Amino acid sequence: MAKDKRWNPYIAGALSGLISIFSVFAVGHYLGASTSFVRTTGMLEKFINPERIAKMDYFIKVSPKIDWQWMFVVGILIGSFIAAITSGTFRLQAVPDMWHARFGSSVLKRGLAAFTGGVIAMFGARLADGCPSGHGLSGTLQLAVSGYIALICFFAGGVLMASFLYRKEGQL
Amino acid sequence: MNQLTYGLLTGIMFGFFLQRARVIRYDMQLAALRLQDFTIFKFMLSHVLVAMVGIYFLNDLGLVKLSIKATVLGGVVLGGLILGIGWGLLGYCPGTSLGALGEGRLDSIWGIIGMAVGAGLYAEAYPYLSKSVLTWGNYGKITVPQVLGINHWPVIIGVAVAFLGLLYLLEKYEKKSRYSRPASISKHR
Repeated sequence: MAKDKRWNPYIAGALSGLISIFSVFAVGHYLGASTSFVRTTGMLEKFINPERIAKMDYFIKVSPKIDWQWMFVVGILIGSFIAAITSGTFRLQAVPDMWHARFGSSVLKRGLAAFTGGVIAMFGARLADGCPSGHGLSGTLQLAVSGYIALICFFAGGVLMASFLYRKEGQL
Repeated sequence: MNQLTYGLLTGIMFGFFLQRARVIRYDMQLAALRLQDFTIFKFMLSHVLVAMVGIYFLNDLGLVKLSIKATVLGGVVLGGLILGIGWGLLGYCPGTSLGALGEGRLDSIWGIIGMAVGAGLYAEAYPYLSKSVLTWGNYGKITVPQVLGINHWPVIIGVAVAFLGLLYLLEKYEKKSRYSRPASISKHR
């Protein structure tokens, strides 16, 4: 077994909670991620057909531009990279271990599942108006009713899908 | 510093903690959804406990504002379940997908592209959804203290006790099942 250098999740979680407080105090922004995917798609579609995007209700509501949250999401990528490199846990991997053990080493198979999962997840996130960050963390910590309902539904859907994918042979 | 710089720095710190707690990888997310390893719950609930107390305290002092998302049952319940199903398949949520890419998990790229496509599809469907699903059970921007008609501090204490109780049970459950845990999860701890 590898050396256990992972941070205690209670401490890391609590520290990230302080980040949350600081962000709200300093610039009034609660952590969230999924809106940035809408803005990115909007910015990409603007290259192709700017007139159509300008008239679409959802891109009027969520305008395609780089904002605080968009930079936050990019920051997660950079922060994770720094943490991985400095702890020696950076590892290029196209098929996760658990997936590999169940579904084999096909990069394409994993890729198609990840793509499809991504499409479904983001459609749901926008319909719910938030993701595990926006509802699950920022909603619940503000005691928003929507946050608690969303968090329960996220896990219910996730547990359902995971138990279907990793069901024992012969079931279903 | 402007808003964008703050956003970037906040993200870097958040991504750093996520990676160091090892919660952004597929194996850890799926282990949570398969109810085998509760590291993600521990991280999330600790975040919420600390930030809940801090933000309500600052809000009482008038130093911060709350930003409550509306409770629209149609959108939150249906969207939440759909997100969960996609999350179970992808193994990353929108925020952690970028973090997973940061630590070299290349399969997250497919997921990130998928999510961008999903956002585009939602934008196409929005005119119809806003007239249907998003009108079902709209209770507005409500909080638990408002619904109960009481001050927020008793609710905060209640939530804290409930979370700590849940974490205690999860720790006990994990200890009991530690020896039956698949090798693929414990390998990266």
